[in-house]
Amino acid sequence: MGADLAVAPRRQRADIRKGRRAGPARPRKFRDDRKAAWLFLAPALAGFALFYAYPTVRGVYYSLTDHSLLGAANFTGVDNYRQLIGDEQFWNALKVTGYYVALNIVSQTVLALGLATLMHRLTRSVALRAMLLVPWLVPNVSVGLLWMWMLDANLGFVNHILNALGVGSTGFLTSPTWAMPTVAGINTWAYTGYTALLLYAGMLQIPQHLYESATLDGAGEWRMFTRITLPLMRPVLALVLVVSLIGSFQIFDTIAVTTKGGPVSSTRVIYFYIYEQAFTNFHMGYASAIAVVLALLLGVLTAVQMRVLRASRSYLA
Amino acid sequence: MTRKRTRIRLSPGRVAAWAVLVVVLVATVFPFYWMIRTALTPAADIYADSTGLVPHHPTMINFLRVLGLTSQEEARAAGGSGAQVDFLRYLLNSVVYSGLIAVLQTLFCAMAGYAFARLRFPGRDAVFGVLIAALMVPPIFTVLPNFVLVKDLGWLNTFAGMVAPSVLMTPFAVFFLRQFFLSIPREVEEAAVLDGVGAWGVFWRVVMPMSRGPLITIGLTTTVWAWKDYLWPLLTGREEETRVLTVALGVFQQQSPNTMPDWTGLMAGSALSVLPVLVLLIVFGRRLVESLNFTGIK
Repeated sequence: MGADLAVAPRRQRADIRKGRRAGPARPRKFRDDRKAAWLFLAPALAGFALFYAYPTVRGVYYSLTDHSLLGAANFTGVDNYRQLIGDEQFWNALKVTGYYVALNIVSQTVLALGLATLMHRLTRSVALRAMLLVPWLVPNVSVGLLWMWMLDANLGFVNHILNALGVGSTGFLTSPTWAMPTVAGINTWAYTGYTALLLYAGMLQIPQHLYESATLDGAGEWRMFTRITLPLMRPVLALVLVVSLIGSFQIFDTIAVTTKGGPVSSTRVIYFYIYEQAFTNFHMGYASAIAVVLALLLGVLTAVQMRVLRASRSYLA
Repeated sequence: MTRKRTRIRLSPGRVAAWAVLVVVLVATVFPFYWMIRTALTPAADIYADSTGLVPHHPTMINFLRVLGLTSQEEARAAGGSGAQVDFLRYLLNSVVYSGLIAVLQTLFCAMAGYAFARLRFPGRDAVFGVLIAALMVPPIFTVLPNFVLVKDLGWLNTFAGMVAPSVLMTPFAVFFLRQFFLSIPREVEEAAVLDGVGAWGVFWRVVMPMSRGPLITIGLTTTVWAWKDYLWPLLTGREEETRVLTVALGVFQQQSPNTMPDWTGLMAGSALSVLPVLVLLIVFGRRLVESLNFTGIK
């Protein structure tokens, strides 16, 4: 996203300047509207300063204190960060988050890509796309509750099916081994349709005649997928991939409803750990330090994203 | 595979592809059916009658009790924990919460986006750059200090505190609307300026009506996100008066006994959180689906 910003306005301004030299005199009013501009910007700038810029500075400061939410904060320097290095729960949270992200991203992207390709080659039905969007529209809290019920060890629908198949029932969310894959599966169910529609939107930009001439040349569907769809989709795929990557680092709602970090910390992801430290244990300072680390981590990921996007830019544009 | 353009033949591959698509659709929609089917089942039947596709004794009692329309005794008899729940109120709170955020945020971000796209003032690109940089800060990072701020202002459990961080702006909406305003031909606005209309008049009477599509798109996306919000309303709106649906579902779940959760009540409550979203989808279906074409990719 960021890469586009730097280019578009500059180019636009150049056009305007050229136009101005050639065309008739433009009305003065548009030249300098400082006063109007600041009035237009006032609410957004106030919102930015109060709820984005100031809290960012505040958050970094908190990370250097023993703020408890209740009492006054004492400056403790890098103590929180030092504690972080020896905190097993923190490392576990990082590990568990990484595990979740890997599971979720792979299943969601592969499924979504397949789904988008099927839609692209078969149908343009809006009704079908609308149906695929439903799980994304529903709050994660409801999705979590719904799947807790579907997966309930005794009465859940899924276990009825497994029993009927002779597999035997599983307490999906209560098993330390299965809890995280189950949460990843639930969120894959909730977000695959959305991701597929993003990819589908990208596929619509691929010129149709490429497929037509490939068909005339006798290419099969699989060949068209690997030789046309996949290469031309690379930039869109990269963008969608990284956006959902950063999104899945922030998993919270589903965990908060279904497993609450358990069983035995197997789903205590970093977001949930920060939440617990800040609002259950009242270690606001420590929680802020973890949040700083997470922000840096996501910053690195975003930088990588920019690289990837720039490298794979514009087969289509 | 040889296929004529006009009449598509039913090749085995095509049939298989359609079959896969249908399976995916069923997997997508069926859990919602099961949610509603459970909500319509009497709590007592849930052991005996948990496999059939249709409830044997369908009932509305679960909806009535989560809507607070039954007496405590009736609710307890129907499988509730006897705790006071009133999903009608939470539904309304959710509508107020997401409505306020969607309308005000869209308006203020449109104003900002217009200023960045069209008005000329020193430092424009620098200010825009700083604003967009906020996209990179993970939400949890600002949630902590914002909570302290709202708490210090005495705004906990008020709608003001709940919507404050999001009504004024969100970097993405500013960015998105600015992109659109850049694409409007300048001539249109200049004609209005020649007629002596000021910047505000141009924005309000010319640009805004021309931008209905993108405004609805960003408004809808914002509504959906606000509707799904959980963490922030959980922190700032715990009390009955400001409790939104997602938070209420969490509370309801905790009140539900661990040994035998009140599944019929929980599913009735969850179904109520899906209902407005379905209405949105029915009214704005095409728009919502097509909105992904802009918001996601460009």
